[in-house]
Amino acid sequence: MLELENVNVYYGAIHALKNLSLKIEEGEIVTLIGANGAGKSTTLKAISGLVRPESGKIKLYGKEIQSLNPPEIVKLGISHVPEGRRIFAKMSVMENLEMGAYTRTDKSEVKKDFEMVFSLFPRLLERKEQLAGTLSGGEQQMLAIGRGLMARPKFLLLDEPSMGLAPIIVKEIFSIIKDINETGTTILLVEQNANLALKTADRAYIIRNGEIEMEGHAKELLNDDRVKKAYLEG
Amino acid sequence: MEQIIQQLINGISLGSIYALIALGYTMVYGIINLINFAHGDIYMVGAYVGYALTTFFGLGFLPSLLLAMLTCSILGIIIEKVAYKPIRNSTRISALITAISVSLFLQYTMMYFVSPQTRTFPNVLKGSRITFLNGNVMLDTKNIYILAITVLLMVGLQYIVHKTKIGKSMRAASLDREAAQLMGVDVDKTISFTFAIGSALAGAAGVLVGVYYNTINPLMGTVPGLKAFVAAVLGGIGIIPGAMFGGFFLGMVETMVSAYGGSIIKDAVAFGILILVLLVKPNGLLGKTIKEKV
Repeated sequence: MLELENVNVYYGAIHALKNLSLKIEEGEIVTLIGANGAGKSTTLKAISGLVRPESGKIKLYGKEIQSLNPPEIVKLGISHVPEGRRIFAKMSVMENLEMGAYTRTDKSEVKKDFEMVFSLFPRLLERKEQLAGTLSGGEQQMLAIGRGLMARPKFLLLDEPSMGLAPIIVKEIFSIIKDINETGTTILLVEQNANLALKTADRAYIIRNGEIEMEGHAKELLNDDRVKKAYLEG
Repeated sequence: MEQIIQQLINGISLGSIYALIALGYTMVYGIINLINFAHGDIYMVGAYVGYALTTFFGLGFLPSLLLAMLTCSILGIIIEKVAYKPIRNSTRISALITAISVSLFLQYTMMYFVSPQTRTFPNVLKGSRITFLNGNVMLDTKNIYILAITVLLMVGLQYIVHKTKIGKSMRAASLDREAAQLMGVDVDKTISFTFAIGSALAGAAGVLVGVYYNTINPLMGTVPGLKAFVAAVLGGIGIIPGAMFGGFFLGMVETMVSAYGGSIIKDAVAFGILILVLLVKPNGLLGKTIKEKV
């Protein structure tokens, strides 16, 4: 279980997260939706240790992790697939996946996970030796997710996996996200595409100006009039 | 014809030295975007360590080379921790000023301890001379040693950078530091390691220069340091094979210019190349602006 309790994050004078609390139970897909600049990515960065909260607690199975640095958090089983994919463009697909398994020492298990990633994303296998920067946008997103999975995380944080991709590829990627969840990985999904995110997730939080505005079951929020008006129409 | 071959031999030796120094420049720039102007002075320290070990401790060439490399790598790590790490998130101009300060600090500290006088490097590498083409071309076995050691170090570097875990983390951190952290890379450690490797190569170059040209002094690092910087930019700064190419190319050009009557303007030619590269192909000859798909 991953929990955020009254987390406050500042960027200089900007109060980016205001007493933000949320909770992710094991096995769930939870989505965090909201407008550009609402604090979605910052929430993920606070969890993975890239930004340090000014106050508040982040707990993984009850243990406080808010003061740990990113490598320590990866080792605890939280893998963050950042916004904009951020793959290593001048390294091969295979090397990118190896970087994903950077903290692991169980070589034979890592090998199995390469195969797992290639079976999820067969296109990556075809392009194994290619430089990652030469992949298409959709393939790069697949690589970013595959790289995240190579850490064998219990919690996978996905930041805008649909960004800039053709609808058909988005559909493919979201169906794979569901598959990943079904194998036991808990997912926190940040999305601007609220409609798609709510259809995929079990529960959802809506964030606005750094605060949680609404929370509930994804299906209910999908039919909520206020949500429809603010996030699903137009 | 004989003269060209002779100059080619000299050019390769000089180029080896430039290439070894340029590698450190390019690696450090690749990972923290800093032009480490103190790099040439690390090379100078390497030469003095080699000098001290051979002269006062009577060590042979190879142990001196290895110990000088080790000393320089430690020096590199210390410089990074003390001078560069605290300003890692500052503006580029403060980083540049810091680098120049470190350079001057090393030069004049060294001068204080060893005096500014030029010293003669002992002849530890007994070279025999081979002449061929009717005695018109002379090949000193030192030339062969220098090239062999340079090539060996470069192959070793390529192996580290491409095949080892720490090497991959160096490349990942230089491509995207934050993403590398998310993979679990300890970026501080990776940066230290980069300085260690780059400085070791400079240290090796220092000893090789001592052996080859026989004289060393505390300010010997300035001009080769700048030339190696030109070499790194010429090949494309941040690109390891680029630094190798740039080093050899510059060494060759400089030797040819000197040989054909232009020894007064050889430095001008080197820096002219820098200006030309920056005007025409600022990414360097091996640099590409790769378009990343979004």
